[in-house]
Amino acid sequence: MMLDRPQHLPLVADPAPANTVWRATSETRLSRVARIAGLAALAGLILLPAIAPRTLLQDLFFVFTILTLAQLWNVLAGWGGLVSVGQQAFVGLGAYVLFAAIGLGSLDPVSSIAIAAVATAIIAALIGPLLFRLEGPYFAIGSWVAAESLRLVCAQFKSLGGGTGMSLQSSVYSSLPGLKSVQNLFGVRPAIARDIVLYWIALAIVVVVMLAIYRFVKSRHGLALAASRDNDRAAGSVGVRTDRIRFALWVAVAGMTGAIGALAYLQKARISPDAAFSVTDWTAYVLFVVIIGGVRTIEGPVVGVMILWGLIFYLSQYGSLYLLVLGVIAILVMLFMPKGIWGAASHRWNVQLFPTQRRLFRNAYH
Amino acid sequence: MMANRSMLELKGISKAFGAIVVASDIDLTLSRGEALGVIGPNGAGKSTLFNLITGMLRPDRGRIILEGEDITQMPPEARCRAGLGRSFQIPLPFTHLTVFENLSVAALFGAQVSEAEAVQLCGEILSLTGLETKANVLAGSLPLLDRKRLELARALATRPRILLLDEIAGGLTDAECHLLVETIREIRKGGVAIIWIEHVVHALLAVVDGLIALDFGKIATQGAPADVMRSKEVQAIYMGVPA
Ligand SMILES: Nc1ncnc2c1ncn2[C@@H]1O[C@H](COP(=O)(O)OP(=O)(O)O)[C@@H](O)[C@H]1O
Ligand SMILES: [Mg+2]
Repeated sequence: MMLDRPQHLPLVADPAPANTVWRATSETRLSRVARIAGLAALAGLILLPAIAPRTLLQDLFFVFTILTLAQLWNVLAGWGGLVSVGQQAFVGLGAYVLFAAIGLGSLDPVSSIAIAAVATAIIAALIGPLLFRLEGPYFAIGSWVAAESLRLVCAQFKSLGGGTGMSLQSSVYSSLPGLKSVQNLFGVRPAIARDIVLYWIALAIVVVVMLAIYRFVKSRHGLALAASRDNDRAAGSVGVRTDRIRFALWVAVAGMTGAIGALAYLQKARISPDAAFSVTDWTAYVLFVVIIGGVRTIEGPVVGVMILWGLIFYLSQYGSLYLLVLGVIAILVMLFMPKGIWGAASHRWNVQLFPTQRRLFRNAYH
Repeated sequence: MMANRSMLELKGISKAFGAIVVASDIDLTLSRGEALGVIGPNGAGKSTLFNLITGMLRPDRGRIILEGEDITQMPPEARCRAGLGRSFQIPLPFTHLTVFENLSVAALFGAQVSEAEAVQLCGEILSLTGLETKANVLAGSLPLLDRKRLELARALATRPRILLLDEIAGGLTDAECHLLVETIREIRKGGVAIIWIEHVVHALLAVVDGLIALDFGKIATQGAPADVMRSKEVQAIYMGVPA
């Protein structure tokens, strides 16, 4: 028997609030354990500078920035279906806005990161309507062309070093918040204290971005976004303003990408258009991380970035050969594990640490 | 509210794709709580009519009026929130979402109910449409018949005042078809007006108050179901008898 006999149908009258025959949740026992484990890991990472060597903090700074970019691209392309290969545009813009704010505007680094985020979001809002006229592969190509154009524009600013770039004075870092306290607390030189503070800023951003994305994809707007990606016409037919939600996502992701660009180049202290708008450094790595880790999961990019870090660590002695190795690995994973390493493991053993699906249950006493 | 009993009115709606005329000067009135059937051969323009009503297509000429308000320029999502729910002839599920999540989107954005209400609404509709056991299954993994059920269920979750159904009975067994008819009758009891495009005529006739026969984008004839079925226009369309 395929259809139940019709019961009463609450199509007209609101169902009574007390009427809770059904309940929905995305939580599992494992997800509660994962939350506690996550908090413990976070506490460990916060305290890490007390014992870790400087090189580890620098490596982890790289890991956090790439992980943030990967989570952002994952929500943009995986959940939103906006497969951009031009996110380096916003890394570069954010970085340049930071250098302009510090170099020309004499602002402090932290305010400059915030300004970079806002400025990048505004530029994304301006170019979004043009890109959104393109669909599928044309959107991807368009996003890349937009990034190249913005690189050329940035190379025109003589006051920001033109095509060759510019450096930040080391005095800039003296206004980093907490720098003096770190120096005193750990008894370290200013250069090391700077790395510690930048490490904490990167950690704070990656945690906030991951939590925000996790909340978003579980929210009603996350559902609407996924519906728009799966079928735009059907989503419109059930009341979703698909253009608006995609646009909001595009702008928010670009703004956060700009903040990461600003932070990354604050740490590097040197910028050039070719580096800041590098498709290898800021898009190829990020796509690698998401694809081999597992698209459309929170855990996937975390797994992916650990693998990237390991590969860079072991392969960097072979020069640019390691890019080839990354490429081969990415292709193998795409062929044999289309859902990525985490995706395959999660499917095989049915584990999700950060589940995003809403599951419906009938309450037992009914 | 005016004394006007009509819920939905189409006035002189026309649409052509190049040289192919798919809607030609269509006038149609749907009264409060009425159920209207639409028949006609493949390619007659039935699904196109739904696309015009729901705003997925814009007419070349004519106006569409929903409860006294001209909605001809309104985008589809606003028409949904104004009370127009539809199913697609070729199911368009949100494949990476579960069945329950498919309905949730409709309840939250179409019916615009709260999260807590949406859970109850979706649960009720899933059990009504026989999808309860599939609630947590990905919609992309459903077989065709369940996808069709999902079309009906998702449209219902927008809590429509006018429900547009496009060929949902094809492929059902007699028993399933009987239950579907029961379900649609139940939906009508809630005051929902219905336009139902259907080739399974006996199911359609068990529900509708009026019938429209479309051919080449034109209303060939309309009226009481029995009269329309007996009309020489319908005989001509279906039997090839010249009118
Ligand atoms: N977007 C479109 N572009 C061009 N032709 C279309 C489009 N949509 C429908 N048609 C044509 O319009 C005619 C009516 O189609 P349709 O409304 O789907 O028929 P029905 O639902 O009655 O079988 C068909 O000839 C179809 O090929
Ligand atoms: Mg059709």
